[in-house]
This record gives sequence, C-alpha cells and structure tokens, in this order.
Amino acid sequence: MSTLPWIEKYRPKTVDDISYQDEIVAVLKKIISNDTGEFPNFLFYGPPGTGKTSTILAAARELFGPELMKSRVLELNSSDERGINVIREKVKTFAQFTPSGHRSDGKSCPPFKIVILDEADSMTSSAQAALRRTMEKESKTTRFCLICNYISRIIEPITSRCSKFRFKPLSKDILIQRLSFIAEKENIACDRDTLVTLVNCSEGDLRKAITYLQCASRLKLESGCIKSSDVLEIAGILKDDVIEKILDTCSTGSFEKVEQCVQNLIFDGFSCNQIVTQLHDVLIERHDLNDAKKAIIFEKIACVDNDLIEGADEYLQLLDLLVLIMKQMK
Amino acid sequence: MSLWCDKHRPKTLNTLDYHKEQADQLKKLVHSEDFPHLLVYGPNGAGKKTRIMCSLKELYGPGVEKLRIERQQFETPSKKTIEMTTLASNYHIEINASDAGIYDRIVIQEMIKTIAQTNQLDAQTQKSFKVIVLTEVDKLTKDAQHALRRTMEKYMNSCRLILCCNSTSRVIPAVRSRCLSLRVPAPTADQIAMILKQTCKTEGLNLPQELANKIALKSNRNLRRALLMCETAYVAHYPFTNDQEISEPDWELFLRETARQIVQQQSVDRIVQIRDRLYELLCHCIPADIIFKGLLKELLTICDGQLKPQIVEIAADMEHKMNLGDKQIFYLEAFVVKFMSIYKKHLEFSLAGCI
Amino acid sequence: MALPWVEKYRPKSLNELISQDSIIETIQRFIKNDQLPHLLFYGPPGTGKTSTILACAKQLYTPTEFNAMVLELNASDDRGIGIVRDQIMSFASTKTIFKKGFKLIILDEADAMTNDAQNALRRILEKFTDNVRFCIICNYLSKIIPAIQSRCTRFRFGPLSDDKMNFRLDHIIQAEKVDITEDGMKAVIHLASGDMRKALNIMQSTHLAFNKVNEENVYNCVGHPSKNDMLSVINWLLNDDFTTIYNRLIHLKTLKGYALQDIMTEVSRFVQMIEFPKKVLIHILEKLSDIEYRLSNGTNEKLQMSSLISTFIMARNMSEFKPKAITA
Repeated sequence: MSTLPWIEKYRPKTVDDISYQDEIVAVLKKIISNDTGEFPNFLFYGPPGTGKTSTILAAARELFGPELMKSRVLELNSSDERGINVIREKVKTFAQFTPSGHRSDGKSCPPFKIVILDEADSMTSSAQAALRRTMEKESKTTRFCLICNYISRIIEPITSRCSKFRFKPLSKDILIQRLSFIAEKENIACDRDTLVTLVNCSEGDLRKAITYLQCASRLKLESGCIKSSDVLEIAGILKDDVIEKILDTCSTGSFEKVEQCVQNLIFDGFSCNQIVTQLHDVLIERHDLNDAKKAIIFEKIACVDNDLIEGADEYLQLLDLLVLIMKQMK
Repeated sequence: MSLWCDKHRPKTLNTLDYHKEQADQLKKLVHSEDFPHLLVYGPNGAGKKTRIMCSLKELYGPGVEKLRIERQQFETPSKKTIEMTTLASNYHIEINASDAGIYDRIVIQEMIKTIAQTNQLDAQTQKSFKVIVLTEVDKLTKDAQHALRRTMEKYMNSCRLILCCNSTSRVIPAVRSRCLSLRVPAPTADQIAMILKQTCKTEGLNLPQELANKIALKSNRNLRRALLMCETAYVAHYPFTNDQEISEPDWELFLRETARQIVQQQSVDRIVQIRDRLYELLCHCIPADIIFKGLLKELLTICDGQLKPQIVEIAADMEHKMNLGDKQIFYLEAFVVKFMSIYKKHLEFSLAGCI
Repeated sequence: MALPWVEKYRPKSLNELISQDSIIETIQRFIKNDQLPHLLFYGPPGTGKTSTILACAKQLYTPTEFNAMVLELNASDDRGIGIVRDQIMSFASTKTIFKKGFKLIILDEADAMTNDAQNALRRILEKFTDNVRFCIICNYLSKIIPAIQSRCTRFRFGPLSDDKMNFRLDHIIQAEKVDITEDGMKAVIHLASGDMRKALNIMQSTHLAFNKVNEENVYNCVGHPSKNDMLSVINWLLNDDFTTIYNRLIHLKTLKGYALQDIMTEVSRFVQMIEFPKKVLIHILEKLSDIEYRLSNGTNEKLQMSSLISTFIMARNMSEFKPKAITA
C-alpha cells in the first residue's frame, strides 16, 4: 500500500526539532513557555522547504496538545477556495467561537485559536484586504499565521499587522545531517559524494532534497547504492560537459551552429530555466570574459529568466541569449 | 480506420522502441510500493502520452484501455458553469485543465477532490489509488498551479497525478518538487527512420531506406509527424520511390511565401498585404508562436548574416510581449515592420557602400 | 489580556492621536459648528485613519447611541453593490427617533470596493446628506472613483514624523517596561518609515525574541540588512570585479539570510545619497526598478543579483565615473 512520503514522515514534531531558524525558535519557545499568552500575528516568509509550515504546526502542537489541535487550529491554503467569501465566512465563524483555557492533560492552554493561512501569497489582493480587518477585529481570540514564499506579494497593510520572520535557506551541513539521518532510517546506501550532490541540487530546500532522495531510492530498488548521476538526472540538471559544449559552440562565432545547438537542446527536453541558470553559474567563474562583457551577458540572462516566467517561447529566448553570448565572446 | 500513429502506438512498456532504459525504470517504479506523482516532459511527438498509457496499463492491466468520454460540470464562484470533457477508464481519468481557460483552478480543485474522495470498489485486486492525468500543465495559470501543489500533498493516499507538459519552465518549482520528473527527449532521426520502416513492414509495405531517412529529417524529430508524413506519402504514391516528394503542410508553404514577400519589398503597401496573410494564418488556427518561429526561420535563411542577431532579439522580444498582451496580430505586425525597416536600412547602407 | 500591543495601545480619544494635528483640529471645528462634511481619509497604513474616525464617533455619540447611529463596514464585510443598495440605503434613509443630528457610516478599506458598488454609493452620498455622513477610508486614493472623491472632503494622513513616533513609543516603552537602547529606538523608527503599527510590531517581536531591543537585535529580528553590511555591499559594488562581488554577495546572503528585495531597497537609498553624475544615476535607478519588477514575478534571486552587479559595472564604465570608498 502507499507509504507516507518521507517529507511527511520526517516532519519535525516539536519546535526544538526545527533546524537552523534560531530567531523564530527563540521567540516561539518564549511564547509557549510564557503564560501571559502574548502571541502576535505571524508572517513566515522565505524560500520553499525551509520549515515554515512545520514550525507553526509544531508550535501549535506544543501549545494546544495533539487532541485540541484540531479544534483550535484552522488550516487554510491555496488548495481550498480562497476568494473573498471564504475569508469572510470560514475565518469569521471560526474566529468567533470563544475557546476555553483548559487542556485534558492538565497543562494550561492559552485562550486563543490559530488560523494558519498557508501559501498566502497566492491569495487575491481583495481576499487579503478582507483579511486585514478580520485580523484586527478578532485579535482577542484569534491569532493568524501567514505563510508565503515572497513577502512582496502580501499587501503592506497586512505585513504591518504581523511580526515578520524570514526563514533562511538551510546550510549545507544541516542538510547533509538531516539527509544522512533519513537515509540511515530508511536503509538506503548513499555515500558522502552523493549527499553533497543532493545538497547542491536542492539549493537549501530540504523538501526538495528529501524528495530527490526518495525518488532516487525508488528507481534503484535492487541495485543498491545511489550514485551522483542518478540524482542529477532526477533533478533535471544537465551534466557539466553539456554546458561546456554549449559555450564552445558560442565561441565558434557561427550562427548556424548556435541555431542547431538550441534546436537540439529543445529536442532533448531540458528545461530552459535550468539551462540558463547553469550557464549563469559557469559564466561567473570564466576569466576570459572581462567585466563589461559579463555585465551585458548577465543583464540579458536576468531578462530571459523573467521573460520565460511570463510565458515567452523557449526556443526564441534561448536563441536570443546564446546569440548575444556569441557576440560578446568574439 | 485509424491513423498509423494511433494504430501502431506501443501499448506496453516492453514494446517501446527507444529510451528503453527509461522504460525499465518506469517498470520498476510501477511495481514498487509507492508510486509517486509524475511529471513527464519533453518536446512534441516524443512519446510522452504513449509512455503514460503504457505505465497505466502496467499498473492496472488491460482495463485501462476501456475508455469513455465523460462530461462534467463545474460551477465557479461567479455562478458560471463550465463544462469539461474528460477521458476516463475505471482506474484513471484524463483532463486537459487548460481547456477551462481562466477557470482552470476551479476545475482542478473540484476534480481532484471528487476523485480523491471516491474510494476504489474492489480493494484487493486493485491498487489503492486512482490516477489523474493532467495534460498541458504548462498552460495552467499560476493560480491553478498553486491550487495543485497542496492538493497533491493532501490527497496522496487516494490518488496520484501524472502531469504532462512540453517544458517545465512554466511549471512552478513547488509543483515540480512534489513530482518525480521524467524527461522524454525527442527520438533521433535514425530512431525515427527505424520505426518508420518497422511500421511499414507491419502494414505490409516496402519503405526504401533513403525515403525513410528523408522523412525522418523533414519531420523535425517529431515521431507523430513523421508517421503522418509517411502515411500521406503512401496515400499519394505507392509503391514508394526514393525521390518521392514529401508534401509539407500548406501553412508552412504559405509562411515561406510570406517571408519571401517581406524580403522582396519593404513598403507600406506590402505591409498591408502581409497583414492579410497573417490574418489568414490566424484564422486557420495556426498558433501565433508557431507563426513567429516559422517566420523567423524563413527570414533567417534569406537575410544577411550581420542582421541575424538583431532579428532574433526582436523576434524574442515581440513574442514575449505577445504573451502578455491580448491581440496577437499587433505583435506579429510589429515584428514584420521592424524587420522591414532594419532590412531596408541595411540594404541602403550596403548599396551606398558599394557606390 | 493577550493582546498585541497594536490593539492594546490604540488611541481611544482624539487627544491621544499623535501627529495629523491640523486634521484633528479641522475635524473638531467641523463637529463644533455642526458642519461635518463627508470625509475621505487616505494615506499609507498605520497613520491613524481608522483610529481618528473611531475617536470622533466616540466623541459624537454616547456608548448607548453608538450602535444605532454608527454603521461600520470594512473589507471583511460584504460590500458589493447589493449591500450598498439594501443595507447602506436603509441605514442612511431612516432617522432615529430620539436623537437629533446625523448618523455616521464608516467605510473602511474602501479601495477594495468594486467600481459598481462605488457608483451606487455616490447617489446615496448626495441624497441623504442631511441625515447621514460618510467617512471613507482607503490607502490608495486612486482606487476611489472621482465621483466620490468630489463629494467628500479629502484628508491626507501622511507618514508619521520621527519625533511624534518617538513620543508615543516612549509612553508604551514605559508601560511595558521594554529594555531599549537609543540606537535600537532609531532602528525601529527607521524601519517603520512612518507607520506606527509597523513600529509597534517590530518593537514587540524584538522584545519577545531578545529581551534587549538594540540595533543589532532589531535588524536581526526583521531580517533587514544592517547598516554595516550595506556599507560593505555598496563598497564592493563600486570597486570590485564581477566575480568577487558575486561571491561575496552570495556569502552574505546565505549567512545572514537577506532577501534581495531588502538589499535593493537599501541600495537605492544609498545611491541617492552618493553624488553620481546625472546620467549614471538615471541608469542605475532605471535598472534597479527593472530588477525589482522581475523579482516580483518570482524569478531566480541568484540571476537577478548578477543583474544588479551588472548595473553597477555598466555604471562604472560610463563617462568619467570615479569610484571611491563610502564611509558615511
């Protein structure tokens, strides 16, 4: 039968288990142990896979105990309907029930409820506007915790009503530590090299790293040890020599060759964003390009990255970029 | 009376002709304890849907092939009803969510919720989950993709998603991180030629190697297209000859002629004529980004090497803006006009240099 | 009571409101002469708009009359055109028996109302002036249709001045016994940029996390780049070569967890303080806004950071630009 995804299985259960986010853990621990119940509205933001949702869930579990959690915590996220009406109805009704101060296991339970709004940056701005007054009005009995990746997508009036905490991307050591722990528990053979590749591929996102690990282990069932190349293929990352070949083609100065190269890349199905990012990383270290040329190239790379997100055609954008690199390399 | 590309589509993972190592991995995956969400991506005609169907068959057996068309209705918050056509079997359902346009988020949420909440009837013999196949995921709005991500986590127990798209650039990273990505590259020209020959053999026809190679090259590494071209060639003229003409789609010829006209004369009158031609293409449902690419390709073959970088830049810029805007004809025209003005200047400049 | 400080210390009477003195004076005069017009309060958040009208209402009506005479609708309530036609209309058109004078309708966060609803509103504004006064509150004046703007007297609530904020914050610091240093206070006020609510939130979260509210803790808590770090960044951008700047910036970002957007806000502030030749300044500011736009689309921070470096490299190569070390 279906096993739990490892990201759920190994989610931290207490606030102490959260790795690397020292400031917010300090604040939360104070609040949890503090009986005056001063709990502000929170806004957790930061790159994905750094522990935002896990943190507030762990804090809620510690505050309310596992049984009361269901009645004291309302979790809403983008998969649920979240236009204006949901905010008005669901949140308002939930916020209006007065909670008791007792817990079945005898510990004191703070007299408020928590509404967790996950992926808040995808709420429409009118839904966010409806939220602000609700936050103010129901502040006696309810606290809000908004979670998002980009704080700029949350309207200013809301961010000024919350205590903001940025979740930092996790350091490589923490990631390696956590991954080895999981690999051991799941009986996966995985050498240090592979772990380092995993960490490099995931860029500080623990969820990504664990998912890659799980995927790799699925594809390698009988054959035992997971290799670095497996991880690269799963992550959709191009091998270094492919990138080198692209740059060599650009340096030939032949338009036709560059055109053919782009065509082949598209045929191979690689994600254009991935190609652009990897080109960027390699070009940073190149010494044969002076700063002025680098400046032009990287400006173009940033534009292409944006245009791709806005939906432009991959072939045209990639061709445009490589042609520019070719011009600069002459 | 089905086309060759449908008739001879491989039905099981064992009978796939290329990317065999990937087929092996898929098989392992299917038989493993937990089947993950999948994101299958690659260029057109590379075989993504084929592989998905094969995997489904491996998962559930032949019952998967009994397909029926269903129509489902969804109600949006603004009280509008959308009707969606889906393809379903007892074990899976296939939707093209981008058909719903701006309401795709609603469709996804409702659809996945309903399916996830209905349980399998016979729990012993079947897998405990259903599969939802979502095609053209890269055309989904960002809203719909956000709706997808948490849904994927929440309903992991009762359903699995197989997402299919051309490129992962437009799929948000959060969705990508929740799936196992499978890259399906386009087959090489040799592989295509081999498949063409095999298909013809099964049909009892004799396809000479040279013709097979010719078709494979012209098909742009798109297997579906190659098979269609081959079938057209068969209908046009059998027995096959090596120097047989392979017909190109008429819109491609039209584009080539348009490009030729652009290069021939740069004037306001000519622009008006080109506009008519562009409208003609748009009316025949040729997608605007294909017009862009096609036009660019033709113009690049005709114009001077010096101008190429500039023209590519303009094309990329206009195409990008076209995606943000509403009326495609504006951007197509803008591109043509810009090209004309650059080309004309260049001509005058080089002529002046010669004198 | 477990209240955030923002709610606990919300001003309850007009005297407690800081800043906006001229506005309060004017309104008090209106009330005294019984000549209160329709009001339109606009301005950035945290400047006292809602508090002002609530305090006015408390002054105009006794607590018992309050519910009958005041209707408060904000963005969390349904304010579509249906509600305008029904609820607001009926409230506006009825007179209460025992109280002379007008009723008050407060429309908070009015920029979230649709244009249709606003259009339906303007007729009510005209028709029932003798019976009811409207107070419309919004952040962005441009979101209110001109027809309504012309029927109201507009009051702009500007960002609060530093010493006014200081004054009010001192009062709260005493009440809550906050251990705050002078540079901590400066940091709080600087980061708040005239928004009282923001200042209180920052102070409260720093107090909760670190007990001592000094400059370092404030910046740490908010995740904003510290002044020293920003000075280093500007120095690198103006002097070093591409690869060096890039590696240093990446190191700083990972170490301190700064968002590129925050770094850029500070960079743009610094840039305006340095004396660049005009052309260079224009170039930099233009490119900074482009990068900010791209970031808001969700692009890769690494790539946009390189583009930030590109901007400065290109600026350095322009005209007779002489890089120098910045100290102040």
